Amino acid sequence: MGIYLPIAEISVNVFVLLAMGAAVGFLSGMFGVGGGFLITPLLIFYNIPPAIAVATGANQVIASSFSGALSHMKRGTLDFKLGGVLLAGGIVGSTGGIYVFAILRRLGQLDLFISLLYVVLLGTVGGLMLVESVNALRATRSGAAPVLKKSGQHNWIHRLPLKMRFRASKLFVSVIPVLGLGAGIGFLSSIMGVGGGFIMVPALIYLLKVPTNVVIGTSLFQIIFTSAYTTLVHATTNQTVDVMLAFLLMAGGVAGAQYGAKAGQRLRGEQLRALLALLVLAVAIRLAIDLFVTPPNLYSLSGAGLSG
Amino acid sequence: MKGPGTFAAAIFLSLLAVVMPTKAQTPLTEGIQIGLSTDNVSITAGFSGADLTIFGSLENPDPLVARQGRYDVIVVLEGPAKPVVVRRKDRVLGVWVNLDSETFENVPVSYSVATTRPLQDITEPNSYKQLSLGASNLYMQPADAGDSPATIEEFTAALRERKAAAGLYSENVGGVQFLSQNLFRATVRLAPNVPVGTHKARAFLFKSGLFIKESSAQLEIRKSGFEQSIFRVAHDYSFLYGVFAISLAMITGWLGRLVFRRD
Repeated sequence: MGIYLPIAEISVNVFVLLAMGAAVGFLSGMFGVGGGFLITPLLIFYNIPPAIAVATGANQVIASSFSGALSHMKRGTLDFKLGGVLLAGGIVGSTGGIYVFAILRRLGQLDLFISLLYVVLLGTVGGLMLVESVNALRATRSGAAPVLKKSGQHNWIHRLPLKMRFRASKLFVSVIPVLGLGAGIGFLSSIMGVGGGFIMVPALIYLLKVPTNVVIGTSLFQIIFTSAYTTLVHATTNQTVDVMLAFLLMAGGVAGAQYGAKAGQRLRGEQLRALLALLVLAVAIRLAIDLFVTPPNLYSLSGAGLSG
Repeated sequence: MKGPGTFAAAIFLSLLAVVMPTKAQTPLTEGIQIGLSTDNVSITAGFSGADLTIFGSLENPDPLVARQGRYDVIVVLEGPAKPVVVRRKDRVLGVWVNLDSETFENVPVSYSVATTRPLQDITEPNSYKQLSLGASNLYMQPADAGDSPATIEEFTAALRERKAAAGLYSENVGGVQFLSQNLFRATVRLAPNVPVGTHKARAFLFKSGLFIKESSAQLEIRKSGFEQSIFRVAHDYSFLYGVFAISLAMITGWLGRLVFRRD
């Protein structure tokens, strides 16, 4: 069944989009990530213009992170104060990101920049995760106890000034890295259409030493607002949010996420992380190939004088 | 079920031949008229391209010339003009990057031609150039006239090629047919992505390879339907639209949790 997307201005198959949403939802439920980093490239592969894929991806992320954050709020694994500080940084980063987005679009370099960011970030995160999970898998096989980092251990981040206490996270840390992390994620969110969970979660765990059980809820909480802000700004400055497209993806996504979560419970942590790493790397490689392969058309047209 | 959505949508513009009152006095020169029965066309969201039929008539045709088939008609449907940037990808460190670009002012978004015979059989290339008739004779004004003519030529050719590939610049040889000595019908193609706005239909009359007269009419192409309302709201009330998109996402997320709750 075909449907015409009002903003993307192309006809697409409803079932392809629902299936895409469900598949990504399944994976996001399984791995506890928002799935924006999969949705946006998939939309680009499906010939949705990158600018629309990014803005709509951000819109879709709100739905999955909102539903996830609700569960965490109920369980009390959500640090509102930490989330609020991350959010303050996020709004700043996101504003900057949208400004850069509009400039790149005018220069005709937006598509390239989005692809490059995806290749670099997904490649790095995927590679690190794969190495870490393979090591963990080896360690469990050989019977050795996994080496845990001590919570009292301090790094350079804990020597920065302007300290603040976060009770729910049992944390006393400078606000500078928290704001910085929020800003970085906000920037990526507006340029890549991702929530940033795949960077936020490891950063909170390894850099700020936030207890793992609080990390996902807090990250989801801040992602709701960053991506809502991103959606709003993209809608007003670039008019690139396609609600029809976003809704189809969300509808498939919320259903898929529940089954994914169930499937995820049957797998062990290291196995899950290794699978996710492979998935992330596969997306990165696919995008990288497109950068290097000679395009079928060297010339492209675009309207001049577009504000975004 | 698979494949691109094809809501069949066909539109027909029936044009009434505007027959001018024949004056009794002779000698008379030939003229051409096209008239549109409507001055606006609404296409629905599932529009997948269509043929637009335009009727017209010759005034005072010479019966002898008409019998020998020496009258030729070219009908052009030209979309609104907009500035266009043409970009060329080049390899930088192995990566394909948009490097050079050329901006052209006032490029017709679409340009569909229908003719009685192949263009080269109707008249000389020079007269096409003078009339600025045909996609390859459209003058594209570069924004930066300082660029080398070779570069401008290259980007102009690329612009035409891309437009033709998108179906926006098309040529329908044999698309104009004489139904009687002075009544003709022209079929021009509307691409699936035909731009909205004011289109100009023009008809050119040639007699034995000589340009005689031109006639034009305006046509408003609009999109209609639910999807178009969304598009309009997204552009006219973008802030409210953004708020709506966010609310929709939150409600979907919340409902999804209610329906598929697992904790």
